[in-house]
Amino acid sequence: MADSRINDLLITGDQNYATIDHSVGRLVLDSKAHSIAWFKWLIVGVMGSGLLMVSIAWLIFQGTGTWGNNIPAAWGFDIVNFVWWIGIGHAGTLISAILLLLRQQWRNSINRFSEAMTIFAVMCAGLYPLLHTGRPWNDYWLFPYPNILGMWPQFRSPLLWDVFAVSTYFSVSLVFWFVGLVPDFATLRDKATNRYAKLIFALLAMGWRGSAKHWHRYEQMYYILAGISAPLVLSVHSIVSFDFAISIVPGWNVTVFPPYFVAGAVFAGFAMVIIWGIPLRKYYKLEHLITNRHMDWMAKILLATGLIVFYGYFLEVFYSWYSGNSYEFKLLMKTRFDGMYAKFYWALIFCNGLCPQIFWWNKARTSTFWLIFVSIMVSIGMWLERFVIIPMSLTNNYLPSSDKPYYPSFWDLAMFAGTLGFFTMLMILFIRFLPTINIFEVKDLLFKMKGKKEFVEGQEPVEVA
Amino acid sequence: MGSQVFKPNANSIAHMAIIGIAVGPLTIGLALAALSRSPANTKVNIAKNQPVPFSHQHHNWELGIDCRYCHTSVEKSSFAGIPSTETCMSCHSQIWTNSPLLEPVRQSYETNTPIKWNKVNKLPDFVYFNHSIHINRGLQCNICHGSMQDEHITMKGNSFQMAWCLQCHRAPERYLAWNKDLKKEYPGLTPRELVFKYYWKLQKEGKGNLSQSETQIANNTYNGEESPKDVEDGKAIIKELGIKPQQLADCTVCHR
Repeated sequence: MADSRINDLLITGDQNYATIDHSVGRLVLDSKAHSIAWFKWLIVGVMGSGLLMVSIAWLIFQGTGTWGNNIPAAWGFDIVNFVWWIGIGHAGTLISAILLLLRQQWRNSINRFSEAMTIFAVMCAGLYPLLHTGRPWNDYWLFPYPNILGMWPQFRSPLLWDVFAVSTYFSVSLVFWFVGLVPDFATLRDKATNRYAKLIFALLAMGWRGSAKHWHRYEQMYYILAGISAPLVLSVHSIVSFDFAISIVPGWNVTVFPPYFVAGAVFAGFAMVIIWGIPLRKYYKLEHLITNRHMDWMAKILLATGLIVFYGYFLEVFYSWYSGNSYEFKLLMKTRFDGMYAKFYWALIFCNGLCPQIFWWNKARTSTFWLIFVSIMVSIGMWLERFVIIPMSLTNNYLPSSDKPYYPSFWDLAMFAGTLGFFTMLMILFIRFLPTINIFEVKDLLFKMKGKKEFVEGQEPVEVA
Repeated sequence: MGSQVFKPNANSIAHMAIIGIAVGPLTIGLALAALSRSPANTKVNIAKNQPVPFSHQHHNWELGIDCRYCHTSVEKSSFAGIPSTETCMSCHSQIWTNSPLLEPVRQSYETNTPIKWNKVNKLPDFVYFNHSIHINRGLQCNICHGSMQDEHITMKGNSFQMAWCLQCHRAPERYLAWNKDLKKEYPGLTPRELVFKYYWKLQKEGKGNLSQSETQIANNTYNGEESPKDVEDGKAIIKELGIKPQQLADCTVCHR
């Protein structure tokens, strides 16, 4: 009953500070808040991580020959998965930095877990290029430092820019996430009854007392970090797209790549936020904090970025004709529209181009089924997009005699499944051990929603209207 | 229990931790950098145990035996050559025939099994190095190997790290004019011949009467020519010998 009336709010139900503390804090402080399903998913995640470790160990033992990569398709599943994961990481920073700077209060209840997702996704992403080098123990060579080789990395190569982009993105996101957690750590420290939990949260809270000075410093720090991260949202995936756009490979040498990649990243990222957000709010009874309004707006972002991406697909088709480059046109006609991989191209058009169009309908944007369905389709579609771009272009290059089809090997699939498991494990552990929703920002939002009426904990709950 | 989990002295620990986080990685990085450049890693000037305590100082400096007497292929091949037992025995079948130090040499000769010398100058398998080209361009042995004529037990004269190789490969003009005095004294000789003529001059004149570069080479302090004049001379030699310095530091020169 209440739902239909206050559906349109960012916080619903009878809420005060204590109820928010409880509904979020209980996931961390009370192990009974988690059902057996949590444990089952943890097992799935741990098994996936095990598979990941086995496939990494086998890869290091055997060399990259265990992958399906060949010449000409020297970039296969590894780079597809790298770009896919790094794209998924983008929603977190967009929500935390850009929406913060734009004073979008609807970020408050979804920023924490999407930031966590960002960090975990970048961890999964980072693995691939590091292992792709074939000698991961020498990966520190990627960084410019005065070494005994007398060599610097190739500064003109977008692959090196990528090293900077991704490592900066990861470290800034991690610091941003941690800084945002500090006031919540303090809340949990004060609420914790378990001695060890209290000690750990006290350590993490770094002496936070909630004084005016602390808040002042916090705001300064948080906004500075947001200012640093905001351009990263655009730069990281632009630079990832340069890995392709700077080269002369047909299907890669397209100027639309940077904006098209960034839109795709936000697209994939929000899909993943929805995929995690819906079960999270359902199983942990957080519908009053992650409301249908959040879902509605995220679906609108999916629709908008989906249209940009779709426009990118149109441009790719247009440019392969307009460029007058016969190899570009051959790639389009013989590899994308037709040929052994054509089904992946058409599946991409269906997943990314057509599926999100359902969100033109108001009802679809708040329907759990359509949200989950479209988000999964978008995740698959974004993976297919990278598959279409990377191996499909490489298998048909300028030299027809070296054309060779690409097939992933068992270990390619195992490692991809492994990173999915690793990501799941980290998310599941995150839900158990860290506040999934930003407690103090939601309280701040509640304060603003209640018309800035002063009220204190323990007071009778006030109906939010 | 209130929010005061820690006592006030935790603040000092926190301060120390912040300093530690800032300084720690830097210290570790610098320590690793220093360690990788130190003799502990490079083995420069660290004598290596050998089955027979062979002295270059004695054979090369005191007796004046030419390098090529033992390292026979240094001018013609990538590998300078380690002398066979027969080479040792060409003298030691006549002199010091009862020396206990030479017992392994005699053993080796009698049983027809080579002596297992411990390699001092090792390069990784992925580096292709050729002695003959370096000798033919007139690079004196000591420039890389240090003052061999002074070594009682053989040791590495330089780190042989890539950065060290590249000093010359990126600026060969600085390393080719060391022999200009020698060239004036022996005008007919090629750079290859001057490499070995250098030891004759060293024997004859002693360290006190050499040019600056020659003295540095004798003492293993040679770091290439500094003066613009010598560098110009080096450039002239590059032209004369047909060296292409622009491709000398390409990856494929050493990593094929």
